[in-house]
Amino acid sequence: MLVNVIVNQETKTFVCEPGDYLLDTLRAYNYLSVRRGCDNTSCGVCTVLLNGKPVPSCSVLTASVEGKSIITVEGIQAEAEKLGRHFGDEGADQCGYCNPSLALTVYAMKNDLFQPTEAEVREYLVGNLCRCTGYIQQERAIMKYLGDE
Amino acid sequence: MFVAEYVRPKNVEEAYQALIKDKKNLIIAGGAWMKLTKKSASKLISLEGLDLNKIVATEEMIEIGSMVTLREIETNENILNTCSGILSLACHNIMGINIRNIATIGGSVMARLAFSDIYPALLVLDASLVFYKSGEVSFADFLSHPNHDPDLLLGIRISRKAEAGYFRKVAITALDFAIVNLALSKTADSWRIAVGATPFIASLAIEAANYLDQYKELNDEIIQTAVNMALDEIKVSKNQRGSKEYRIELIKTYLKRGIRSVSEHVG
Repeated sequence: MLVNVIVNQETKTFVCEPGDYLLDTLRAYNYLSVRRGCDNTSCGVCTVLLNGKPVPSCSVLTASVEGKSIITVEGIQAEAEKLGRHFGDEGADQCGYCNPSLALTVYAMKNDLFQPTEAEVREYLVGNLCRCTGYIQQERAIMKYLGDE
Repeated sequence: MFVAEYVRPKNVEEAYQALIKDKKNLIIAGGAWMKLTKKSASKLISLEGLDLNKIVATEEMIEIGSMVTLREIETNENILNTCSGILSLACHNIMGINIRNIATIGGSVMARLAFSDIYPALLVLDASLVFYKSGEVSFADFLSHPNHDPDLLLGIRISRKAEAGYFRKVAITALDFAIVNLALSKTADSWRIAVGATPFIASLAIEAANYLDQYKELNDEIIQTAVNMALDEIKVSKNQRGSKEYRIELIKTYLKRGIRSVSEHVG
């Protein structure tokens, strides 16, 4: 089947099977920043923004995104770079596997919450697992990134 | 999951006809838990575009469309201001925001998930389900009578009568399913108590609630008796998340706290 979408503000038509998941389709179309983790909605590493909201692409059928907007980390490059600098400064970066999904969720949070507290940031990011940093450095980096605005 | 065809009906009747045509035709809501099933579908019927994603509030009740996401419920002002916001709180405790952005209340209800955090809240909010063909069905009846003809869930109605409520989920981590979850509510003259994830599907403790209804002022003895009555009514057992004994202790503790908290709020 054909599915028309807007990926990072570019119109695309995906050719896919009715049971294909968005994660597989995006990776097949070379959006390799969208990563596979648990593949069962738990880890958040496959997060993309669907109509501006973070969703786990491993559990969204490609057929269901007809006409919608998808943003991967390439679509928020400037913001991801700003966040990345704070990650570097705070030692919040180790293997980096979860970074694209984390950057997307933080970007969505910035649009969703007004001046979030540390507790609100922690709650918002519950669905994004990181197995390297222990979250403290990430939290510091994110608060500094939000403070830049 | 193998899907032969994905269809987007233009109206509810078309969706219903597609559903009843073949037992292997299935409705897709948000799809959040679809990977946990091993089913295949001849047709996967999307309910998007059928105008089932609205929340409409009146003074007496709130009607939530079946395609409303858990995140939308969590952040809706009217739901936050109903019965101490227990339904919002129940949604807030479900995994991460990314899941709550796709999981819908309709999908959560129709899946009959024993671990569901929203069931106890819906039970004490006296929720009813609005089906396309069967009409309005009490949520409590829906849970206790699992067999029913295929139908489309259009929405869920919750009562706004309760003056105060309490919700508690106990889980090992934020991303885990509940070891136990429970909710309480009180209107001017009646209590409702529901306990879920025991690990059985949520149910009401009717006798315990009726017992509390007799008293205007509560004391420790009355509360303890009500908790014991609730434990007699609710089926509790063990699974990989917790032993029967641990669950019983959790239920005792949080029911007591819940009854006290609601009593204080209603004065």
